[in-house]
Amino acid sequence: MARLIARRLLLSIFTLFILLIAVFALTRVFPSDIARQLAGPFAPQERVDRLNDELGLLDPLPEQFWRLLKDVFTFGSGDSFSQPGVSVRELIGPALWNSAKLVGLSMLIFLPLSIVGGILAARRKDSRLDRGIVSFGLASASIPDFVSGVLLQFFIGVQLGWLPATSSSVPDDAGFFTSLRFILLPALAIVLVYFGYIARITRAGAIGVFEADYTRTAYMKGLKPIEVIRKHVLRNALQPTVAVTGTQMGYLFGGLVGLETVFNYPGLGGLIFKAAKAPDLPLLQAGVLTVAVIFMLATLAADLLIAWMNPRARTATEA
Amino acid sequence: MSDLVNPGNEVNPANENDDEIEVEEPEAVPVATAPAQDRQTVRKEQRRQLLRDPSFIIGFSIVLLWILCAVFPGLLTTRSPDVGVTLADGTFLARSSPGADAWFGTDGIGRDVFSRVIYGARSVLTTAPVAAALAVAAGAFLGLLMGYFRGWVDEVISRISEAFLSLPVVLLAIMVLVVFGSSNLVIILTVAGLFTPVVARTVRSAVLAEAQLDYVTSAKLRGEPSWFVMSREILPNITNILVVEFTVRVAYAIFTIATLAFLGFTGDALRADWGNDIANTYTLIQAGQWWPTIFPSLAIAALVIGVNLIADSLDKALKS
Repeated sequence: MARLIARRLLLSIFTLFILLIAVFALTRVFPSDIARQLAGPFAPQERVDRLNDELGLLDPLPEQFWRLLKDVFTFGSGDSFSQPGVSVRELIGPALWNSAKLVGLSMLIFLPLSIVGGILAARRKDSRLDRGIVSFGLASASIPDFVSGVLLQFFIGVQLGWLPATSSSVPDDAGFFTSLRFILLPALAIVLVYFGYIARITRAGAIGVFEADYTRTAYMKGLKPIEVIRKHVLRNALQPTVAVTGTQMGYLFGGLVGLETVFNYPGLGGLIFKAAKAPDLPLLQAGVLTVAVIFMLATLAADLLIAWMNPRARTATEA
Repeated sequence: MSDLVNPGNEVNPANENDDEIEVEEPEAVPVATAPAQDRQTVRKEQRRQLLRDPSFIIGFSIVLLWILCAVFPGLLTTRSPDVGVTLADGTFLARSSPGADAWFGTDGIGRDVFSRVIYGARSVLTTAPVAAALAVAAGAFLGLLMGYFRGWVDEVISRISEAFLSLPVVLLAIMVLVVFGSSNLVIILTVAGLFTPVVARTVRSAVLAEAQLDYVTSAKLRGEPSWFVMSREILPNITNILVVEFTVRVAYAIFTIATLAFLGFTGDALRADWGNDIANTYTLIQAGQWWPTIFPSLAIAALVIGVNLIADSLDKALKS
């Protein structure tokens, strides 16, 4: 087990290093006039020159790369380009927290829903319920997140008026549940995208388990169906669900740029988008690395969880 | 261990359709030792199954309708998508809600939303399929190399793809487009490039399974060169997988390109484009002006659902 974790962490560091080089190459080796863009098209040339000097944009590439590495190892203590004097960490922190709230809330809704949906569909395979869940899932998961966001915003937020249509206007004295209401709509848009996907994965994982001999034995020795599912089916059927949920964390934390824009929600994806447009290189690099680290930790956690659920996976990886 | 993990950090409905998920190694591909005649009957049976599948029929009709809109927009609307609507009595229609004068209403500068939705099919249907085709071609090439040679070729390409798979495609695309600008060509190449690692991974595991079969071994024993075994022996036997992969990638390309257009990365900012039209109008929803946003949104939803229905039923038919 320890060897597995060590190997995975080493590989992750290697992967992060490749990413770091790729981002660096993309933004520095193909030069666009970054200082000019930051200063604006009508800024005097002296200002652009000063900016170039201050930000060290004309320094030799190895020196710039070294500064980037230093930034990484001090966890973003360097200044951002677009907001001088504000460190990258101070910008990433709140955005990360906002994203975590949104992702957490949506997972609290879609994980139970799709696991129950997937198990029900698998238990009555090819029934009308099964077909309904699978088709609804296929349809809702195909729609881009910003599109379901816009549709929910219009139908639930504006037409029905049940929930606040944007997430930015939270009153300052709002309590926990009031502020929760403000992120419920974007969270529901995420639920729409993920319900079908995770339900299908769970269904696929559960069908084999329902057909397995040990499940039949459990039924035949007189266990109640709910007990069979709880004790025998879930542990085996949910392994693909866990693995897939882990791989989706990168997307949930960094890929919801469109959805965050629709609801004016200050999450991590939107922050990275703004950093790329500015271009605020230190912020961009830090944001990208943060998303990659989240992805790696999540997939590692998922694999460990699977190893705990399935002793065979444990021995297979140690061998 | 990494094979436990799903290919991309993306939602991938059609790929996970099969009833058992292979937790371990490659999936069983139909053995291709059957004589040509058998293969023909299999193809015929697959085609019959497709045509009986209601989700294929629905998906195909939706996509066909949008292709029609993209190729012959003039058949469905007489109004230009780019010029404001002026009625016969000289009144200029701006911000008018859906009604007899304009079925889907008009936007802030009087352009007909129905026409913009019809013409909007053009921009996404010219970019997405091309990007998907390029990604499948490049992914098949890399996947064949990785699965056939294994060893360090496999190791190097796998590590590099893993680095890219750890970031959301949209995020990577934004970075590339900020640096290289967002012409249609750059968008196509970017999306194709970013989809390639996922395709390569799928093809790789299919090739790993094929390479263990007898026909590959005997081809090698006959002394056939590697490129020949890969392109003439293995490739024809994984076409099913490539067809399904292509359809799935088209759906994702639409997903991605629409999102990028929504974020302001389009080849032409004035041209009718669903994602871009939504971006320009969505802030007005709360003021009650919903039609310029909601109709293009429904258009994107319909097209992606249609493509995914096709992908899903193709996957089912080709696996049976």
